[in-house]
Amino acid sequence: MNASAMVSIHGLIKRFAIGGSQFTALNGIDLMFNKGEFAGLVGPSGSGKTTLLNIIGSLDVPSEGTVMVLGQSIGELTHRQAARLRNEHLGFIFQTYNLLPVYTVFENVEFPLLLLKMPAARRRKAVLNALEGVGLTDKLDSHPAQLSGGESQRVAIARAMVKSPQIVLADEPTANLDAENSHRILQTMVKLNTELTTTFIFASHDEKVIGYLRRKITLNDGKVVSDNRFEHPVNMANIEPAPPGGSA
Amino acid sequence: MIALKLAYRNLIGAGRRTWLNVIVLSMAYVLIIWQQGLLDGWNRQALRDMIEWEIGGGQYWHEDYDPYDPFTLEDSHALVPTALADASGQPTAPILITQATIYPQGRMQSVVLKGVAPDQKALRLPTAALQADIPEIPTLIGTRMATSANLHMGDVVTVRWRDVNGAFDAAEAKIVRIMKTHVSTVDQGQLWLPLERLQTMMQMPGESTIIVTGQRPSEDRGRSPWVFRDRAYLSRDLSEMIRMKSVSGYIMYAILLSLALLAIFDTQVLAIFRRRKEIGTLIALGMTRGAVIRLFTIEGAMHGILAAIVAAAYGIPLLSLQAIQGFAMPQAVDSFGLAIADKIFPVYSAGLVTGTTLTVLVAVTLVSFIPARQIARLHPTDAIKGKLS
Repeated sequence: MNASAMVSIHGLIKRFAIGGSQFTALNGIDLMFNKGEFAGLVGPSGSGKTTLLNIIGSLDVPSEGTVMVLGQSIGELTHRQAARLRNEHLGFIFQTYNLLPVYTVFENVEFPLLLLKMPAARRRKAVLNALEGVGLTDKLDSHPAQLSGGESQRVAIARAMVKSPQIVLADEPTANLDAENSHRILQTMVKLNTELTTTFIFASHDEKVIGYLRRKITLNDGKVVSDNRFEHPVNMANIEPAPPGGSA
Repeated sequence: MIALKLAYRNLIGAGRRTWLNVIVLSMAYVLIIWQQGLLDGWNRQALRDMIEWEIGGGQYWHEDYDPYDPFTLEDSHALVPTALADASGQPTAPILITQATIYPQGRMQSVVLKGVAPDQKALRLPTAALQADIPEIPTLIGTRMATSANLHMGDVVTVRWRDVNGAFDAAEAKIVRIMKTHVSTVDQGQLWLPLERLQTMMQMPGESTIIVTGQRPSEDRGRSPWVFRDRAYLSRDLSEMIRMKSVSGYIMYAILLSLALLAIFDTQVLAIFRRRKEIGTLIALGMTRGAVIRLFTIEGAMHGILAAIVAAAYGIPLLSLQAIQGFAMPQAVDSFGLAIADKIFPVYSAGLVTGTTLTVLVAVTLVSFIPARQIARLHPTDAIKGKLS
């Protein structure tokens, strides 16, 4: 495995039992993601994007092949080890935000830090920093039901970033957002990626997302059909340069 | 600690849903404690009344006497030994018991005649009324007897009995007092007469069937033909009834508890159904399945704790008020054959309150754990999307 590889996938096959037969969602995937990548899995519905993202996120296990995430083999992790990996090193951003409805914005972002047993003072500082990074310090006490879609997704980003994870996995993060909010969210993520060198892996078929990617992996019928890198992504021109020393 | 904090947040955050559950559960606490307290209060009151009106501190029975076999009355009488009467150091009341027939308004009715000294102090019976100096036999009856025989104060009724030699005799008895007692066993089918008068009628001077000792528990100082019966023996029928009532009380207890638990179970099942997306998110954010199960179980237990606090807030004043003012019983219960007062004063012992609280808490926790186990079966990738796997 490459020394800077965050994720290394070899011969990955994932099958699901559907009725009495087996459906192959991923069929012989070989990929590697390095530190600081801003990569996306693109392709039509049913191409296996979300399945691959779930396996990288240790929410699912391979049927065959190996998936190494931060040096840990996903297929061999116990429930507890997988939970620890997610808690300490991975951040998730979902299409439907998945905010905890009874918690305030502050509490939602604070949640991963509670699991990490971080002291209260440090926790508060980290939450405020993360919310500042997504521009939501004025919504600390709001509940998810009081937020717009764009605001909810920004809270989800803050929650994913608050513990400074090494990898952020985003599954269709803009699917429920309008164009303006989508660009805003993506620009925030690009900024965080640049400033913190956090690896971002997207699963999306949204052209707006694709326009920001520096690496586009196209999947079809569970196979990688192309893997392209871009020096200058289409939408990057819209982004203002990050101020020196900025943080989330 | 984290699970506790999160469970508390979830509980408070759930708002109306939490409070509805808490109120239902708190009602179960209060109702269970009230119902058990009422039964305990009734039992204690019944035993106290029985002691005061009938069994005293214990009784000496003639060895042939069997209250369930009226034929034993013929032979179960003997002279009251002075030593026995005085030995307990408290007032005693020798009672002579025999069978007779009365003829109220031309009807015939079997009764038990009980002769008791009018100046006795051992029992609460208002026997002083028997001191009346009248040609008829002064007679004391209870309200139940008065109702069943249609007798009123001042009524004269013919009494027919058979004396020690088997000869039948009859005389007029006059109702000099109708007593109100909660103890039907000193009332139903009974006529209380002056002891000496009955001894004369029966030609059994100085004799009695039983001797009641005063209100303090007595020790056995009996000698043949007298057999000592202590309070436990004399109240065994009541104890048996209490035991049976307790069983039905426990059934009510179980029904009330089940209703409350059903509410919690329902909520938890519904919560798992509705919150599966949240569960998936918790797992994605790094919670183990065990931690999620713990969180849901603690949430359930917290419902129980919150409900106990709410129950205490309105239950303590409510139940205390009733313990002071009593619970009025309907008139009809007078004929149940049990000592039931007009008002029952519930007794809430520390054991009852603590026991009920702990039982409900443990049951609520268990009931929360069962649906929480379902979480272990949820596949996180399905749960995140809100699907059931």
